[in-house]
Amino acid sequence: MSELLSIDHISVSYGNIQALRDVSIHVREGEIVCLIGANGAGKSTLLKAIVGLEPLVSGSIAYKGEVIARNDHAFGSHNPLLRFFKNPKHAAQDTRSLRTDEIASRGIALVPEGRRVFADLTVEENLDMGAFLIDDDAFIAKKKKEMYEFFPILGMRRKQKTRSLSGGEQQMMAIARALMSAPKLLLLDEPGLGLAPLIIQDIFEKIEIINKEDNVTVFLVEQNARMALRTSDEGHVMENGRIVLSDTSEQLLENEKVKAAYLGE
Amino acid sequence: MGSWAEFFQHLMNGLTLGGIYALIALGYTMVYGILKFINFAHGDILMMGSYIGLFVYNAIRGELLGFWTIIAFFLSMLVGMMFSAILGMAIEKIAYKPLRKATRLAPLLSAIGVSFILSNLAAWMWGTKSKKLEYPFDNSPIHLGDIAVTPHQIMILVVVVVMMVALKLFIDRSRLGKAMRATSLDQDTAKLMGIKVDRIIAITFAIGSALAATAGFLIALEIKVYPSMGTMTGLKAFVAAVVGGIGNISGAMVGGILLGLIETFGVALLGIPYALRDTIAFIILIIILLVKPEGLLGKAEKEKV
Ligand SMILES: Nc1ncnc2c1ncn2[C@@H]1O[C@H](COP(=O)(O)OP(=O)(O)O)[C@@H](O)[C@H]1O
Ligand SMILES: [Mg+2]
Repeated sequence: MSELLSIDHISVSYGNIQALRDVSIHVREGEIVCLIGANGAGKSTLLKAIVGLEPLVSGSIAYKGEVIARNDHAFGSHNPLLRFFKNPKHAAQDTRSLRTDEIASRGIALVPEGRRVFADLTVEENLDMGAFLIDDDAFIAKKKKEMYEFFPILGMRRKQKTRSLSGGEQQMMAIARALMSAPKLLLLDEPGLGLAPLIIQDIFEKIEIINKEDNVTVFLVEQNARMALRTSDEGHVMENGRIVLSDTSEQLLENEKVKAAYLGE
Repeated sequence: MGSWAEFFQHLMNGLTLGGIYALIALGYTMVYGILKFINFAHGDILMMGSYIGLFVYNAIRGELLGFWTIIAFFLSMLVGMMFSAILGMAIEKIAYKPLRKATRLAPLLSAIGVSFILSNLAAWMWGTKSKKLEYPFDNSPIHLGDIAVTPHQIMILVVVVVMMVALKLFIDRSRLGKAMRATSLDQDTAKLMGIKVDRIIAITFAIGSALAATAGFLIALEIKVYPSMGTMTGLKAFVAAVVGGIGNISGAMVGGILLGLIETFGVALLGIPYALRDTIAFIILIIILLVKPEGLLGKAEKEKV
């Protein structure tokens, strides 16, 4: 299987706090890959870096072979004067990091931590926003219908403001919104956060269906390690901004360290 | 107050004044909704658009008669609107956008600077003496029973209603309008949807500035065109936007109309001296801020973590 996402030696900082240190992760097409780690490990930061919401201090991220994020500062391209005086021959060669909307247009969708639904928009309007990049009205209508079948509760609530939905419904709404653009790579940031076990189970089953039937590659971030490892093919463990362990999910479930630290065994 | 006729007279005056405030208030509120920032150059963008409209009107009006002068008037207004729209976008790009990640005070000061620059520029280029904008029609009042309505008032009401309905439909129904609402709710998530947030911000400035130019051109018939014409009206429209709930589009409409009505009836009924008319707006602002800081239709803002 070919490689879809290549994260190579990236670091990200918030001022003096270094949130990611030399992180490398490779995701192959068709897989479900999970990243587990405690609160504050740097999981969300990694997802934000992939979609261009946090700049890289070093390293690079490529999607389908195209560099989508890298350290722009190293090339002086953040400075308009330097950019202006740069030899145009060189300027043509170096690529800049893509903007978040450009990354979305490549086929990457993120379901952000805490769902981030557009609370004052109705369910249907939220789905419309998910399909913002698509011009084909017939395709959008078909997609919406699919979503209402896949998440029947959303169909029933389509005219309601999203703020009136329960946490689980909002999570489904956020996933459906991300799927509206028919992404090739779906990034999920703690989809189980704050939800009842039965609902979490339902959501993870849906994630597997999306992966198997629609052939969407999934990169899943979770604190709920057991659920994430059972659902995924491969796993990575993050501590203090570093990847400390990478293996198949099956192996990780048997790993003594993982058992002790993340599975409570 | 003497009679119903008098009441309707004041109502008409209040609604037209309020409609003007509302058109201007929309620009403040739409920009605030997305950037959480008050564009203090808004009144000067109104002034610039009014000048351009005036020049175009004087140039094309010539010997036109009747109906054609009205067409010329609206064409000139359209040119003024487009000029202000482009000016608004340019100001955003040059003076505000580079400061988006700076402290909240920086773009505010930049806006005040832009405001001074524009009004000084206008005074330098076109003089401080007000320029008269001729009515495109005979503005003698039309008597409906005991009520006297001027064609100017009718024009203002029609234009205001058309603009508001069009804006509301655009914001509520269109793809771009929904994207504007999404962007004002959550910029990062809007970007994740593939929305070009910078473009949405530019469009917001364009629409707000065009609406301001419309208001400026409409009142110019009465108050003439001069470099500081947008200052007081702009400030009061800002009050209207805050009263209605800053960031809320319906709130700006309601706040504007309400302010116009209160000013008019305040002078007419409560016997507030005309010279104190402008004070009313600010007294209302202070009362509203004390009683309901988020404004009439505003939501209490939760601090984002
Ligand atoms: N916007 C921010 N500003 C400053 N520090 C941040 C910000 N976001 C996250 N951090 C810090 O970066 C580290 C990683 O955070 P995060 O990526 O959210 O972890 P996780 O998602 O694994 O819980 C934490 O120490 C957190 O406090
Ligand atoms: Mg997180």
